[in-house]
Amino acid sequence: MSEKNTSPTEPAPAARGKQSQRGDVALPALGVLGMLRWAWTQLTSMKTALFLLLLLAVAAVPGSLFPQRPANPAVVTQYLKDHPDYGPVLDTLQMFDVYSSAWFSAVYLLLFISLIGCIIPRAIAHWRQWRSQPPRTPARLSRLSEYGTLVVPAEKRLGAAHAAEQAAAVLKRRGYRVDLRPGDAPNAFSSVGAEKGYLKELGNLCFHAGLVGVLVSVAIGGLFGYSGQRTLVEGETFVNTLVGYDTFTPGTNFQSSSLSPYSLQLDRFEVRYDRESVKQFGQPLDFTGYLTTTDSPDAEPRQRILKVNDPVMIGGTSVYLVGNGYAPVVTVRGGDGQIAYQGPIPSIPTDAVYTSTIVIKAPDARPTQLGFVGFFLPTSVEGKDGVAFSADPDPLNVQLNLNSYVGDLGLDAGTPQNVYALDIAKLTQVNGRDKPAGGIVLGAGESYTLPDGQGSISFDGLKRFVALDIHHNPGQLGALAFSVFSLMGLVISLFLSRRRLWVRVGQHEDGRTMVEYGLLARGEDYGLAAEGRAVRAALAEAWGLPAGPEQTPSAGQGTAADATPTTSTPTHKDA
Amino acid sequence: MPEINPLLGSYSELFMLLTAGTYAVAFFAFAWDVATSGRVAQLDAARLAGQKAAAQTAGAQGAVATAVVADPGLTYVGTRKAARVGVALSILGLALHAAGVVTRGIAAGRVPWGNMYEFCTTGAFLVVAVFLAVLIRRDLRFLGIFVLGLATVMMVAAAVAFWTPVGHLVPALQSYWLIIHVSIAVLSSALFTLTFSLGVLQLIQGRREARIAAGEAERSGFMRIVPSSLTLETLSYRINTIAFVGWTLTVMFGAIWAEKAWGRFWGWDTKEVWSFVIWVVYAAYLHARATRGWNGARAAWLSIVGYLCVIFNFTIVNMYFSGLHSYSGL
Ligand code: HEM
Repeated sequence: MSEKNTSPTEPAPAARGKQSQRGDVALPALGVLGMLRWAWTQLTSMKTALFLLLLLAVAAVPGSLFPQRPANPAVVTQYLKDHPDYGPVLDTLQMFDVYSSAWFSAVYLLLFISLIGCIIPRAIAHWRQWRSQPPRTPARLSRLSEYGTLVVPAEKRLGAAHAAEQAAAVLKRRGYRVDLRPGDAPNAFSSVGAEKGYLKELGNLCFHAGLVGVLVSVAIGGLFGYSGQRTLVEGETFVNTLVGYDTFTPGTNFQSSSLSPYSLQLDRFEVRYDRESVKQFGQPLDFTGYLTTTDSPDAEPRQRILKVNDPVMIGGTSVYLVGNGYAPVVTVRGGDGQIAYQGPIPSIPTDAVYTSTIVIKAPDARPTQLGFVGFFLPTSVEGKDGVAFSADPDPLNVQLNLNSYVGDLGLDAGTPQNVYALDIAKLTQVNGRDKPAGGIVLGAGESYTLPDGQGSISFDGLKRFVALDIHHNPGQLGALAFSVFSLMGLVISLFLSRRRLWVRVGQHEDGRTMVEYGLLARGEDYGLAAEGRAVRAALAEAWGLPAGPEQTPSAGQGTAADATPTTSTPTHKDA
Repeated sequence: MPEINPLLGSYSELFMLLTAGTYAVAFFAFAWDVATSGRVAQLDAARLAGQKAAAQTAGAQGAVATAVVADPGLTYVGTRKAARVGVALSILGLALHAAGVVTRGIAAGRVPWGNMYEFCTTGAFLVVAVFLAVLIRRDLRFLGIFVLGLATVMMVAAAVAFWTPVGHLVPALQSYWLIIHVSIAVLSSALFTLTFSLGVLQLIQGRREARIAAGEAERSGFMRIVPSSLTLETLSYRINTIAFVGWTLTVMFGAIWAEKAWGRFWGWDTKEVWSFVIWVVYAAYLHARATRGWNGARAAWLSIVGYLCVIFNFTIVNMYFSGLHSYSGL
């Protein structure tokens, strides 16, 4: 590896400077300020950055091993119940909130502080370099890794000064920044200093700065964004106000005035299933929701389509299709014969064939309130044990299987209740498989009257519903823009090369013009030899030399230094 | 949606089996090459040692003759019959493989990377294709034993552990992002497979160089056909930079797709966590290359760890971790 330490992969000057500096202040007998400076130097060193990166990778892993609260709060609760011994310990260690935990935040904040502390001095250093000339011509070009010579015959009458000018022009055309350094005497050496690839370091800086931009954008999204859910049955309309949501999660800095009052109505929802494949028979192929939207209360309504991978953008939010199911339309009458509930009830699908659980509550039923719990089966088939199950996700033979309850639904106290669960504490069961009256089984269009005239229920029709996720993330666009910016910087930084090139020209006393050139790479560079050949060919062409077979020149084969006879004391006046 | 063609699907599977068989034979050819070329190199060394004893000038030539076997510029020198057979068989295997992948795609009427069986078969195709493409310019045949070995394992794993019949995609996967996101992920993983092999060889070669430098005797001839650890490191860095850009794109496209599909571009889903970990490990690798004391063997270790994360992300995370990315088709 000894070769490596000499030329490739030298860190950018600022980073390197830091490392040596650190060596100087290794023993901090320097007071508070010295200590601080020492800590800062430590933090912004390349080694620390590397260490923090590895630490970040390790710190991210637990989040994939344990359930995470933001994604699955219910699973976390269950986990804590299942593991009363070490669950709470893990919880104290924030293992269920890894990505907002103190330790994870500490790692990435330190990394980003280190990053900023790294970018700024490097940017300043690069700004200076950008405005300065290519470095002075080294005394011995033959020491460079790519080195070659050319000899222009005397009859061309080129002359050193002229040759240098032409070489400079050639290099300029190849994208180099050039500095022509004419000799001070007519016969003295002239040289050209050239450099290209300043963009490489700039790309690297843009890459790192872009990462900071991504982080800031993500933070903005977390502060000012919001998200919510809503189930919407065919025919229903959602209005973007707080009461329109089933659940709502505001960002840290959310204000309800930032909701734009658009509305969307689900006109129709269509589903298609796979009917060809044997193994995947009945798998869903396509979900399409047909919407009518209005951007504001007095705007023109528009027809739009909602698909799984294709959210609808409206009023600064994105509306996603995240689920769907059946909503049987039922009519419930109380014991007094009055309609207590009429309309669709979303049922929750539990498997691929849409065996769905359903809860129907009729708090308005008189004389007593009524509640129903059971299953909805889109294609009901009776199993061997007499229990019906669903055989297909399409509604080919719909059926409701219900148990009924009478009594107090517990809704009047005003405490919020889950609409998908029935609290049977103060209820009396009437229908059920183990009750004398049996369970309620309703096909399409059928109705059932509860014993003792306690009420009735009828299954009038079927609708579909969709589950919508509605998000507003103001940081999203910034995150995208900064990532693209960062990526472009990365590509430039990785695949451009920073190269320095010098040409030295001298006049031999016999009239020949002797040219030598050398190339130096900064950092890793695979194309340096090829660039050397290309420059050689370009120079040869400029001077009308035969582009003959390339002989690998070795030092002392007619170099410009050989031209010394004209100037007995070679003066390398290159600044 | 185009119809499934099960007959074509079964032809595809037949092609895949033939491919696996051909790769396995190619693997043995490369193994034979490694075993015998090492011996040839040893014979050379012995002969040269003899010459050295006879004439005093052989010192410099000895160095040259060893370099003939493992050229630092990775150009082709000398003939290695077994290696040629290995390459020929790999080309044949790749042709069969192409037929398998293409028929699979036609049979399903979509891109052939929608479940683990298809990731694995298409991924192995890319591994071998990239390897053979690099061979056009550079003599990397010493990697054949690794590359064809891994490709054979992938094909067998696909047929045995991940087998899935041709079928349609579930709605969540029906998106042009599948084409973009997954193809780049598979391509980057193929490149990481190469750098992993290079990294392992680099470590072995580095040890050998250290032993030789310490004046110890060589134990096996195998590593003689492998270029110096520095050459290996440079090459693997070069491939890793391309693969890293590929992985960055994978993560970015994944985020855009997640935003479209799930309404958030990043949610620390298990698959997202591991893709992030992989990205950070390879970023650390690139950093290490520029950090004093961390290039060389340590960087190679980081590259290897990165690849282990890739494998973990593909196998364990797909099969045993629950998350939104449960499309393995198993
Ligand atoms: C968020 C954390 C960081 C990430 C993900 C990251 C990633 C990378 C990557 C991928 C590269 C190689 C590509 C390129 O050359 O542009 C790189 C290079 C570099 N990084 Fe970082 N970096 C991070 C933080 C830092 C910090 C804190 C420093 C300062 C100590 C730093 C200094 C450098 C330098 C000097 C290079 C150029 C190395 C060379 O010359 O090849 N980076 N970084």
